[in-house]
Amino acid sequence: MKPDALAAPRGAWANLRAFVAKTLVMTELEILRLRHDPTELISRAVQPALWLLVFGQVFSRVRGITAGGVRYTDFIAPGILAQSVLFIAIFYGIGIIWERDLGIVQKFLVSPTPRSALVLGKALSAGVRSLSQAIIIYLLAIPVGVHLNWNPSALLGVLVVVVLGASLFSTFSLIIACLVKTRERFMGIGQFLTMPLFFASNAIFPIVLMPHWLQVLSHCNPLTYQVDALRALMLVGHASDLGLGLDFAVLIIVTILLVLLGARLYPNVAT
Amino acid sequence: MAIVETFALSRWFGGVRAVDGLSITVDACEVFGLLGPNGAGKSTTVKMLTTLLRPSAGRATIDGYDLVRQASSVRRVIGYVPQLVSADGSLTGAENLRIFAKLYDIPHTEQRARIDEALEFMGLTNAAHAVVGTYSGGMIRRLEIAQSMLHRPRVLFLDEPTVGLDPSARKAVWEHLRSLREEFDTTIVMTTHQMEEADGVCSRVAILHQGQVAVIGTPAELKASLGAEGATLDDVFIKYAGTSLESGGYREARRTRRTARRLG
Repeated sequence: MKPDALAAPRGAWANLRAFVAKTLVMTELEILRLRHDPTELISRAVQPALWLLVFGQVFSRVRGITAGGVRYTDFIAPGILAQSVLFIAIFYGIGIIWERDLGIVQKFLVSPTPRSALVLGKALSAGVRSLSQAIIIYLLAIPVGVHLNWNPSALLGVLVVVVLGASLFSTFSLIIACLVKTRERFMGIGQFLTMPLFFASNAIFPIVLMPHWLQVLSHCNPLTYQVDALRALMLVGHASDLGLGLDFAVLIIVTILLVLLGARLYPNVAT
Repeated sequence: MAIVETFALSRWFGGVRAVDGLSITVDACEVFGLLGPNGAGKSTTVKMLTTLLRPSAGRATIDGYDLVRQASSVRRVIGYVPQLVSADGSLTGAENLRIFAKLYDIPHTEQRARIDEALEFMGLTNAAHAVVGTYSGGMIRRLEIAQSMLHRPRVLFLDEPTVGLDPSARKAVWEHLRSLREEFDTTIVMTTHQMEEADGVCSRVAILHQGQVAVIGTPAELKASLGAEGATLDDVFIKYAGTSLESGGYREARRTRRTARRLG
């Protein structure tokens, strides 16, 4: 057997740089696609608008739903952002199956790209797609009078949380796609998962109002930590309920674990 | 000199032996054809040789690298054009190439020249900045070949390269492949259904039947072995693979038709 001459050991630093570069190539691919066909970004704006303008406005009149003196429209805006990100990310797997059917996944896998870079690149792609949602929701939140925090470091924090949340749920979706492998089965599971994830979280109602069993479930749901972080970062004078440190720790650790699992399963989708 | 060698390479799915003890040798600069009816194990063989599928047993080397233990080295020396339409239709031809130039670690300073050269070689310079969705089937195939050659692979794997193409597009694809091979000394391993095409382009062919090599040799040898005057490769195929062209099933049929539709 001849030695791996072409893939000579290059040291940890060079390997890390190569890993990051490959990850960004996958993200670049997504940006190129979006630039050629931005219609999806616009059609995606409808749903959050309905939630924020209709649901949020009506429910702000319900007494008792306000948590800790926060206006309900303020309360729900970060929840709707998290929800829009979740909806984009959770169906990301369908795109993976589509790429498999086209033969694109196969070509990625045949290239000398680390599987984890392919999966992380896909996750960041979902993050890029989700950033447009953040912009849309900020634009909608201004006329509704949400007390937004425009501090640059807070905005940067929101950006990071959105990308992290999208990465987490899109990788979860990729894992499901790698397991079920067909579009039909995936659609069923995707629809089955979305609503429970959404309702068993603090996105549209405070955890304190939930029955005990639902409170327990919410605390196991990464979406809760995403919403909690978004609420603390997006709104003026709203502190995190769970602690920003815990929020970031949960989001980062879960994402890393999912990417590692996804990297193991991703080659399966091509067979 | 052998560039692809397999030693009792096998893959089974459940109890089905898709590839069963395949031992073949492909020499450098050959155009080697893997023929056989649907379900004979052609695609499974190519998937194993391109590292997409792990062998269940046996081993193989490509350019001296072990297929399983040195998979990432193998990936650097091979190119692959799947049967499916694998170019991204929403990007331009040049963008498709750029993404893969980066994935294959082609130095930044060389990328542009390589991409331009690949486009020119495949006769796509004028269409470089058009969205691939507007390409004809033959152009898409040529783009995919251009992409698979960017990193100058030693071995190029083509899975049914001309399925769904009309005769003139098919001819153009083969002319380009031939000049590419002469220019860069690339070995080509391809699967095909088209006996006439295999006869015309392959230096050697192996006819697979139920996961095993039924017969192997140059097209001329195989035809002569039948002993009949004017025998074609079709006759050889029928003799060794039976007439079981109907096998393969729903998934295979659906995939082939989808490819044909997208190219047509």
